Amino acid sequence: MAMIASDNHGLRLVTRYAVLVLIAVIFIFPLVFMLMSSLKPDQQLLQDSGSLRAFLPVGDISLQNYTKAFERAPVLTFVFNSLLVTGVTVVLSLVLCSMAGFAFVFVDWKGRGVLLSVLLATLIVPFETIAIPMLLLASKLPWVGMEGLSYGWLNTYRVQIVPFIADGLTVFLFVQYFKDLPGELIEAARVEGASWWQIYRKIVMPLSGPILATAAILKFLTMYNQYLWPLMVTQEEGYRPVMVGLQYFFQLNVAWGEVMAYLSLITVPVLAFYLYLQKAFIASIASTGVKG
Amino acid sequence: MAGISLKGLRKSYGTAHVIKGVDIEIEEGEFCVFVGPSGCGKSTLLRMIAGLEDISGGDLTIDAKRVNDLPPSERGVAMVFQSYAIFPHMTVRENVAFGLTIAGASKEEKEAKVAEAARILQMEHLLDRRPSQLSGGQRQRVAIGRAIVRKPKVFLFDEPLSNLDAALRMDMRMEIGKLHHQLGATMIYVTHDQVEAMTLADKIVVLKEGRVMQIGAPMELYHNPANLFVAGFLGAPSMNFLEVTVQGVTGDKALVSSPVLAPIEVSAKRGPFAPGARAILGLRPQYLSVAEGGQLSGKVALTERLGSETVLDIETADGKSLVAALAQDAVFPIGTPVTLRFDAEKAHLFQPEETASQPH
Repeated sequence: MAMIASDNHGLRLVTRYAVLVLIAVIFIFPLVFMLMSSLKPDQQLLQDSGSLRAFLPVGDISLQNYTKAFERAPVLTFVFNSLLVTGVTVVLSLVLCSMAGFAFVFVDWKGRGVLLSVLLATLIVPFETIAIPMLLLASKLPWVGMEGLSYGWLNTYRVQIVPFIADGLTVFLFVQYFKDLPGELIEAARVEGASWWQIYRKIVMPLSGPILATAAILKFLTMYNQYLWPLMVTQEEGYRPVMVGLQYFFQLNVAWGEVMAYLSLITVPVLAFYLYLQKAFIASIASTGVKG
Repeated sequence: MAGISLKGLRKSYGTAHVIKGVDIEIEEGEFCVFVGPSGCGKSTLLRMIAGLEDISGGDLTIDAKRVNDLPPSERGVAMVFQSYAIFPHMTVRENVAFGLTIAGASKEEKEAKVAEAARILQMEHLLDRRPSQLSGGQRQRVAIGRAIVRKPKVFLFDEPLSNLDAALRMDMRMEIGKLHHQLGATMIYVTHDQVEAMTLADKIVVLKEGRVMQIGAPMELYHNPANLFVAGFLGAPSMNFLEVTVQGVTGDKALVSSPVLAPIEVSAKRGPFAPGARAILGLRPQYLSVAEGGQLSGKVALTERLGSETVLDIETADGKSLVAALAQDAVFPIGTPVTLRFDAEKAHLFQPEETASQPH
């Protein structure tokens, strides 16, 4: 009996690992293909794509595609713009959306149920449907800068940041997480004399590591992958992010090696950010059941 | 320290009235216990005093100041929660000092006060630990430490021992009792455990369905319950209730009898009782003894031997159950016929339908 149980256990383990390896391969191979292709000249790249060689560093391997990519487009400017816009949006979004979530869950005020429903309803509105009105709005918005009052936000960083700081999904994530925090902790802090700000800052935020990581990753990916909006609101190269920069590689004759080199370059920050927050992200998904 | 006064206090959630007009006076330095079954409103009442629930009606005064509309932090109260509610990301030291930190106390003041609280609660060795490294009893100590460090006017305890095991509960109960003597502070303690209520309280408030059923010292409530509910709620095992018929009334005495009880004269101070009317006779199990020629008879249905005490479940001739608690270890095989004697002075006669002592 013990032998059979042990055999069954072994078989289950092997099956589980086989499935996991298969899934890992499915997810990793496109990345490997991208990296390997970025090292090959176009002719070889196209030849290899029909065989396993596409995933191996074989043949005429060099970094020439990377050099050409830098020549064809201001890659560093695009990466800098994307990281700036994404980074600022993520930080502001975490602060603002967590505060909104806090107010929805812990503070008792009239109309919060209705407002939360309205906020959630915005989740079903596709961005494309409001893109044009937003563009018109952005083109006329006032701004007080160093040169005084001006109108129109086009070709700026702020036009890429401000509209995306607050969003229904991020607020909803915080609301769901805060609802699971023990209410007695908040009440204890209130009895001890803590203000709402102190409760937010000293009690709720330190306990929100997992959801901060989740919201940060989701926001990072959304912002880093932005294409339509920056394409609409930035005509100047100096403000354009990486995804808009991809266009530069599809003009006239497409050099796939350079495309792959550019894609490899712009994937690095995403992977680095994910790996940095991976542990907290997985913990959050496991504990709250929120799917990313 | 401060006295607390609740006058006509009410709480409603929409059309649901959970506190239906409560009047309680708690003296300065008193240990007052709110006791009652689940859903009686005792925790809600405590939370109203703490400021965690709005007050729908009536007046709440602490230290002669009306505090109905003050936030919790301005009422001078500290609260210990059932789930301890200690902050998991802070050390014990930071937890205990939390209120002082919020109040902007200096580092020296915090250190001194935390050390004092730790000494009182014997938890000096725990100060640098995290809550996850503590046992239930230790966590409760931290919660109490956080409460005492600010020297509040009033301590509020919301079923603080419910999550502890039986042995630890007794230890902590004694410690809370000692703490009260040591600090001399006004304390309000909510529990559904009548042993905690009886042992800790200077004053017990028995609640049922949002109303006060009786207020008094533990022994007063035990020996002189105002109504059937209080009589049945306090005391373990619970009081026996026999349906009887009033045969006659003389002054404050009534002659009662039932098919299993020969006529006997008992005190009728909870009257008026009319001859021929139904009434309930309450007999505490501790005042029933097995003796020849007793007023009640029946057969032993179950024996529970506890060493210092033997609890007998006796089935009377009309199929009713009576419980007797004998202060000795005794053996009574099931089915043994016994007669039970009681002192008529210790019997309580109740109106069948009587309820609250406070009319509202």
